Amino acid sequence: MCLAIPMEITFIEGNVAQVEIGGVKNRVRLDIIDESPVVGDFVIVHAGFALRRINREEGLETLKLFQEGLGLELNK
Amino acid sequence: MNLINEFKDPALCRHILEQIQAEARTPFRVMEVCGTHTVAIFQSGIKSLLPENLTHISGPGCPVCVTSDQEVGAFLNLAGKNLLLATFGDLMRVPGPGGHSLKAAQAEGARIQVVYSAFDALQLALSNPRDKVVFLAVGFETTAPTVAATLKIAREQSVSNFFVLSMHKLVPPALAALAADRDIQVNGLLLPGHVSAIIGVEPYSFLSREFNISGVITGFEPLDMLQSILILLRLSKQKQPKVVNNYKRVVADQGNPRALAVMQEVFIPGDALWRGLGNIPVSGLKLRKEYNQFDAWQVFDPKAPDIQMPPGCKCGQVLKGQILPHECPLFRVGCTPASPVGPCMVSTEGSCAAFFKYSL
Ligand code: SF4
Repeated sequence: MCLAIPMEITFIEGNVAQVEIGGVKNRVRLDIIDESPVVGDFVIVHAGFALRRINREEGLETLKLFQEGLGLELNK
Repeated sequence: MNLINEFKDPALCRHILEQIQAEARTPFRVMEVCGTHTVAIFQSGIKSLLPENLTHISGPGCPVCVTSDQEVGAFLNLAGKNLLLATFGDLMRVPGPGGHSLKAAQAEGARIQVVYSAFDALQLALSNPRDKVVFLAVGFETTAPTVAATLKIAREQSVSNFFVLSMHKLVPPALAALAADRDIQVNGLLLPGHVSAIIGVEPYSFLSREFNISGVITGFEPLDMLQSILILLRLSKQKQPKVVNNYKRVVADQGNPRALAVMQEVFIPGDALWRGLGNIPVSGLKLRKEYNQFDAWQVFDPKAPDIQMPPGCKCGQVLKGQILPHECPLFRVGCTPASPVGPCMVSTEGSCAAFFKYSL
């Protein structure tokens, strides 16, 4: 029920965005997202609303920490 | 680089699993409190790979499952009042008094529409101006702001045929009740990523401060969950309880201030009755008085009968992590997803349903 999934914004019109993931399209409202997203951003979508923009830099940072912590070569 | 796939990377997962295996020398109990984690742990296969010393239990993290019998009785009562009910699909088959459900009520002629969001329920009201539309609002802090934003729009547009039956529940007060209960032995908590995306980190700080329990805010990919388990094991070994944000790509430490503001504008915290946990002070959300005209509790006064759990159902103990689903005598015998006795078997995110589906 709390399922919230990352989807990519393909179009924004006012308070509504068109989002897409793996060919599934949807319309979501932007009333409660805290940073205004732009087309191409990934947002976490729950029950018809975008909750948050996914922070790519933080994501990459987490991955880097994983890899470093494990003594792996960072190859991307 | 596709961030989503990276967090599933099998090689990385294997490395972390090896470390978990090395660290888990003594019995360790991890509880997650999010239905999506419950499902993800099974679906990803993590459950079957965890070392024996590590027990995974699902706590009260499924909003449908923790909805109390009184609340189920109340919305079934509304189904008999010539209203148009709008609900998330998960609630349709939840058994109430005498095994009755919304689905049964619908078959008997009640008008019930499954919607995907509160906003869709508002649209339903706008396109059916002669009907009174009541949205059955269950959910934690992830869902509550979506309902609050919808109510705000309804008020701004002076919609007069839209109502909300708020049964929202708040996660931190439930965790506090669990942590204070000495019968429940939990060594570490996987904290719900998307609830945290709204509330941030601070509301959990009491866990380590007052109860010496660590909690890690966790995403939903295999790597997220494994890494968080490893962090919990290490914190426990160092005897340094802490609340850690391990889902920074989505969860800002301060949460989502805009969503919190909308929630506060529309709702006020109040007591709530949880299945399994009972009444917990300020663990629910009621509509503020400015929103009285939208409050289905006030407008329709649904009778919330004092009824008991379905006989034999141990959902309450499952939700507290005191027993595992298969330890319920009805599990798979009298209770299956096709004919559920309790809500933990109804909701796809309920632990009984997850156990049934994935551990055959
Ligand atoms: S298996 Fe069925 S009866 Fe037993 S606790 Fe779960 S939902 Fe209740």
